[in-house]
Amino acid sequence: MKALVIGSGRVGSAVALQLGGSGWDVTVLDENEDALGRLGDSWTGGFVVGHGMDLKLLREAGIEDADAVVVTTDGDNTNLVIAQAAQKMFEVPTVIVRVLDPARAQFYATRGLRIVCPTASAIETLVGAVRATEPR
Amino acid sequence: MYVLIAGGGKVGTNLTRSLLATGHEVTMIEQRPYRFQMLEAEFEHQVLRGDATELFVLERAGIKRPPDLLVAATGDDEDNIIIGQLARDRYGVERVIARINDPRNQPYFDLLGVSPTVSATGAIMGLIEHEVPDHGLIHLLELRKENLEIVELTIDDHAAAKGKRVGALKLPDGARIISVVHNGTAEIPDDQTQLHGGDQVLAILEPGKEDELRRVLLRG
Repeated sequence: MKALVIGSGRVGSAVALQLGGSGWDVTVLDENEDALGRLGDSWTGGFVVGHGMDLKLLREAGIEDADAVVVTTDGDNTNLVIAQAAQKMFEVPTVIVRVLDPARAQFYATRGLRIVCPTASAIETLVGAVRATEPR
Repeated sequence: MYVLIAGGGKVGTNLTRSLLATGHEVTMIEQRPYRFQMLEAEFEHQVLRGDATELFVLERAGIKRPPDLLVAATGDDEDNIIIGQLARDRYGVERVIARINDPRNQPYFDLLGVSPTVSATGAIMGLIEHEVPDHGLIHLLELRKENLEIVELTIDDHAAAKGKRVGALKLPDGARIISVVHNGTAEIPDDQTQLHGGDQVLAILEPGKEDELRRVLLRG
């Protein structure tokens, strides 16, 4: 199975490493060459340097025959645009995108994108943790 | 008309000025604090500070009215795409115009239906092509939605089509001659219309057929 991870920050690189470790053929795309460092010296997957909206580069990174694309750059709007292209232009079967802003996350979730919103999860956890201390 | 403008750079600012001068109601959104201060001195309450890709900022700017037109004119193409999508699909703004900064991003705007788009690079390239024709073929109009374009060619004395009748030309599928200008008079050609040296020909065609058309009309 082939996966493409776009944006190799803390989240993207860890996702790439875990998928690679469980047998996926993973290629990582990041603007910054230093991001390769997060993957460690033993990284054997692919690595492509450049902007995630560069269509030529996306093709070079194998988006056309990817089974899954994970979009985790540091820009919500960049992520939403790339994810929609992965889904509609390249027809990747599984597209998962990180969006930090809960409002945009909620809207685009209603339009068929699979969204992970860490901010919304954090809010829920925090509120839950505090409310758990309420006397019954 | 009520116009919402996202992005107070050179494009957004001058657009706001022009629209206000012609009696329109405008709200402009600018994120950068320093730029906002400058704009506020000139436009007062007509400029709002914030990130125009945040829903609450768009709502404070009055997107729920909704505006008659939204112009996404920031310096970031991905922001312009998202602003355009939100305006149209979430808030029902009927008319959206988006600025393209990097022409390579055009496919994203097309894919996600954010149109029409305006690109300074594209506009200047169009002018350059008009001034310096690309191998005898001038792009006059692109009908992107319809996937058609209108081009102009001049039949010179060495052109393959000189002296031939339109009906005898082996035009590529998806290309048609729509006008022939002979000695300053334009006519809608039929199969019997003969092409002469110096005639200007307008053709409508599917993008990508330019080379074939050029071969049939200009080269033998």
